[in-house]
Amino acid sequence: MTESSTVNHLVHHAAQSTPEPVARRVRGLSDRAIAWLFIAPTILLLLAINIFPLIWTIQLSFTNYRANRPNAAVSNVGLDHYASILSDPDVWHSMQVTAHFVLWTIVIQTALGFALAYLIDRKFRGHGFWTTVILLPMMLSPAVVGNFWKFLYQPQIGLFNYIVGFLSGTDPSSFQMIGDIRLAPCSIIIVDSWMWTPYVMLICLAGLRSIPDYIYEAAEVDRASAFRQFWSITLPMAMPFIMLAVLFRGIENFKMFDMVNLLTSGGPGSTTEVASITLKREAFEKWRTGYSSAFAIILFVTVFGLANIYVKALNRVKSR
Amino acid sequence: MPGLSTAHSVVEPSALSKRIAQGIVILYALLTMIPLAWILLTGFKTPPDSISYPPKLVFQPSLEGYCNLFTTRSRQTPEYIAGLPPAEGMCDEIARSRNMVVAGPSKFVPRFVNSLVIAFTSTLLAVGLGTLAAYGFSRFRVPLADDLLFFILSTRMMPPIAVAIPIYLMYRELGLSDTKLGMILLYTAVNVSLAVWLLKGFIDEIPREYEEAAMIDGYTRLQAFRKVVLPQAATGIAATAIFCLIFAWNEYAFAVLLTSGEAQTTPPFIPFIIGEGGQDWPAVAAATTLFVIPIFVFTILLRKHLLRGITFGAVRK
Repeated sequence: MTESSTVNHLVHHAAQSTPEPVARRVRGLSDRAIAWLFIAPTILLLLAINIFPLIWTIQLSFTNYRANRPNAAVSNVGLDHYASILSDPDVWHSMQVTAHFVLWTIVIQTALGFALAYLIDRKFRGHGFWTTVILLPMMLSPAVVGNFWKFLYQPQIGLFNYIVGFLSGTDPSSFQMIGDIRLAPCSIIIVDSWMWTPYVMLICLAGLRSIPDYIYEAAEVDRASAFRQFWSITLPMAMPFIMLAVLFRGIENFKMFDMVNLLTSGGPGSTTEVASITLKREAFEKWRTGYSSAFAIILFVTVFGLANIYVKALNRVKSR
Repeated sequence: MPGLSTAHSVVEPSALSKRIAQGIVILYALLTMIPLAWILLTGFKTPPDSISYPPKLVFQPSLEGYCNLFTTRSRQTPEYIAGLPPAEGMCDEIARSRNMVVAGPSKFVPRFVNSLVIAFTSTLLAVGLGTLAAYGFSRFRVPLADDLLFFILSTRMMPPIAVAIPIYLMYRELGLSDTKLGMILLYTAVNVSLAVWLLKGFIDEIPREYEEAAMIDGYTRLQAFRKVVLPQAATGIAATAIFCLIFAWNEYAFAVLLTSGEAQTTPPFIPFIIGEGGQDWPAVAAATTLFVIPIFVFTILLRKHLLRGITFGAVRK
């Protein structure tokens, strides 16, 4: 804000100390000038920290540059990286892991989140308080909390294993949530759903509350059953909100890194290696900067493309 | 429902359905609180208590976790410890009971301070820049405004690791690697997109007539912005600031890749709080507790604006 106050000060100063006609002109510092003055710093910052790096990434993706060997000769490899990424089974594996993760978290979180929102919308006593309690996990750091879940998942001593063992009668040391190939993906989905179901719930709740009462009153007059009301009024009218929640969760989980890195680091083997983990390994462990730049561009194009298609669908639902 | 003559609206849920809903929601809330309660409890356990089987719900509370979080210790022989002058303070006493002596402060405090400095500075910058840009987009006909706004939003769609690759190279060239300034600039850039979108929504809701009236009274556009719009947008600015603060506070991916020492924040530090034989869980729990308490406070303050914040202003209540 310093910039605006300096400008403001200057203008003010000029207005006071100059003869009337000039003051008039300064006062009229054109709206267009102000608009650009206000917007330019943000655009400049984003150009420097977002766009310039993006262009650099594109340029690097055509080379065999390695960040750990800054002085080695760099040669142009054209589209080789793109070709090898798109035909690399490991990359397809990580895309598949990511897709599974995104799909399951969305299904679970949407179902649970909508159900919770529907129940909270009964407006029982204390629903405001309990809503706030439910929302707490989503505000926490996925890294810090994900790290702690590793403790809850310990086979012998972990609370999660103990509770599951207690409820199901199995030995709490007989299963490893993080170390088992079949359970490791579940362990991530559980933590993610624990954190983000409240997010979907909050958006769904806004959707349910946006449905005007008179529609339900009209349905009552027409003697529509509660079931019918749900399918013909509640669900369709809340749909744009549900889709918005799915969009946001989809994008976020496509980028998922923090929690997976701390819980399983992609393991065991590569069973939970989501795209961001593969990218980190290529870029910051194997130092294949050129190759990983190409992968980064592919990921960006994917998420951007999918989001665009989805937003179009969303708008169509909204306009119905 | 003032228009209805019946005592109860037809759309008011029945008492029974309210009860059932209440029961399920409270059950869910309590279930999701278990991990958080466990973090709090584990922080007050001794290391042996924290890894006992079955997990202990009732235990003798101890501050050993907090002591271990703030200190580094070294193992010594009992004879050596017996020859030392009396222990200074509780932490020293606890350490000696485990055949160790306190060697010095841990890195937790500097990391926590880094988190504070980076989060608050980047929030201040992002909200400052965001307020100006949001006002610009809200009040003036900016050519290609929709495209610019979409561009601002799209910067958020990049996976952080993908952004980190060129930033890592760029910061290495500029000497910004592992510096607070580097992290502040990066977090400002990430947060400014959220700030512009949220604040544009808030400023859109302030009637233009307020400023126009002020300008007729002789204010310049900038004076009107400062003396009319800013006070009106204060709540929105505060809510936006808290959202930016929470993001910068919680951020992990950039921090773990771009900082290693001097500028490291708390999230990449906590997983490396280790004792003898793996992570020192009471100390980790203590650090986690201290780290999430500010977020609890902020969440409660933000209650009314949460929805708007998490949807980039797309859903307003």
